[in-house]
Amino acid sequence: MPTREELEVVALSLKVAFWGVAASLPFAVATAFVLARKRFPGKTLFDAAVHLPLVLPPVVVGFALLVLFGRNGPLGRLLEPLGIVFAFRWTGAALAAGIMGFPLMVRAIRLAIDAVDRRLELAARTLGARRMRVFFTVTLPLAWPGLVTGALLAFARALGEFGATITFVSNIPGETRTLPLAIYTFTQSPGQDAMALRFSVLSVLLSLAALAISEWLVRRTSPRPADA
Amino acid sequence: MLEVDVAIRRGAFVVEAAFTADAPIVALFGRSGSGKSTLVNAIAGIVRPERGRIAVGGRTLFDSALGIDLAPESRRVGYVFQDALLFPHMSVAANLAYGERLTPPAERFVERDRVVALLDLGKLLERRPASLSGGERQRAAIGRALLASPRILLMDEPLASLDAPRKAEILAYVELLRDELGLPIVYVSHALEEVTRLADSMVLLADGRVLAQGGVAEVLARAEMQAHTGRFEAGAVIEARVARHDERTGLTSLAFADGELVVANLDALPGEPVRARIRSRDVALALEVPRAASFQNVLEAVVESIGEEFGAIVDVNLRVGATPLVARLTRASAQRLALAPGRKVYALVKAIAIDRRSVGYA
Repeated sequence: MPTREELEVVALSLKVAFWGVAASLPFAVATAFVLARKRFPGKTLFDAAVHLPLVLPPVVVGFALLVLFGRNGPLGRLLEPLGIVFAFRWTGAALAAGIMGFPLMVRAIRLAIDAVDRRLELAARTLGARRMRVFFTVTLPLAWPGLVTGALLAFARALGEFGATITFVSNIPGETRTLPLAIYTFTQSPGQDAMALRFSVLSVLLSLAALAISEWLVRRTSPRPADA
Repeated sequence: MLEVDVAIRRGAFVVEAAFTADAPIVALFGRSGSGKSTLVNAIAGIVRPERGRIAVGGRTLFDSALGIDLAPESRRVGYVFQDALLFPHMSVAANLAYGERLTPPAERFVERDRVVALLDLGKLLERRPASLSGGERQRAAIGRALLASPRILLMDEPLASLDAPRKAEILAYVELLRDELGLPIVYVSHALEEVTRLADSMVLLADGRVLAQGGVAEVLARAEMQAHTGRFEAGAVIEARVARHDERTGLTSLAFADGELVVANLDALPGEPVRARIRSRDVALALEVPRAASFQNVLEAVVESIGEEFGAIVDVNLRVGATPLVARLTRASAQRLALAPGRKVYALVKAIAIDRRSVGYA
């Protein structure tokens, strides 16, 4: 049976990953839509910027977050009076997780939006629907499986986030020590291999559960007829 | 009343068309690539013309000079696409309700129950589009467009992806709409039998330009159009009324202004107006009444003009009284009969050449 300490780590990891994905999902949908459907100057550059977290060393992303959102960073100082603090808080871990998973989400959702027949959107407009309504009643429901896939990928990525997190918000037990950080901590202390192993097993179980839930979610709520 | 006068540029392709139409059903007719679909897309607001004006029932939808360009959702133009384009994630009922919900109750002119009854959608309401046949899908798409209470209905080759029996089925429904709802319809097609059956007036398009417009019979009778309507499609349209049925022979007589036409049994009531298309290749000519021949129809006619020759073939334009008719002959036959304008001839038409497909209920 997992110990209280282990459960705390798992709960924190889930909290960080969930909020990281939930908070970035609307932005990912908007970004995916713009990339799939709009043409504008500098699109290639924008596309590259979105994918940056995928190709940069996570430590670099973490460092950039530290510089921007640290207590003395330009954005950190801006947000602190509003009560929004990322530095060395679990919220910072969620921010790092969200940003690292962002390109994965955007890619999956963009593919799904690309696959939606644009003429269906035109048909909806001739029936009197404005663009926003078309998006929420036609485009988004038809891209739903891609949305779930993207969110799951990002969630899995968030559960495994290490480099950006430890660089940005450090390794504070109970606040920012998620599963990977806990495993790392145990592997660094002599004689704690057994603990590292226990956490690793927990990590595997968590990922499998996330996978199963998303499969169920896609099948359960998919608007497309199963037997087309 | 539909008024269109636009120039549309799609890459290198330019559509420049001006026409007005006031008939219940107007056909936009032409080969694929003639610009028909581009034009209806411009009416719907999906394609923006470079310049010009589009108005429906006196309401301006687009006017480049005045800077008017209504969004598709504000045009109240119903659009039935070639492949239906029902929303695959919704039931038929939800598809039907989509546009209806967005229409203010005061502007609705047809209730859902009426549309469901007209188009026989009752049994399909709970089904998903993926489980419907092509014809059912098209019917649901027509219903969906109608329930948005449009001021005009655009149908872009709605039969193109259907097999022959389904085509006939949808055609009958379109006729029903025309008669029951009085909604103006723009019907895009490259199939002449659909046009002659449904439409009252037509706009003939080729290479992005209007070649002719007017009444269907009038436009089709003009020989220079026949190159664009296709070689084996060429022919004339005769407006007639069902005179009587002969139960014994199974033949139906159609009376037109200048004579009578006998066709194979037609499913129409005596007195009903019909429109029969006689393809020019089904018309033979003789200088005297043949004494022993199988032709049911021997019509006295006068050669009006000899059309353009193409290869061994020539089209001879005739008048049966005031009714135009076209005969397609070999050049050799035309010479042998010494055909020239003013010459009296007999036009021979087999009764079975006028099949049910080419007779429309006007």
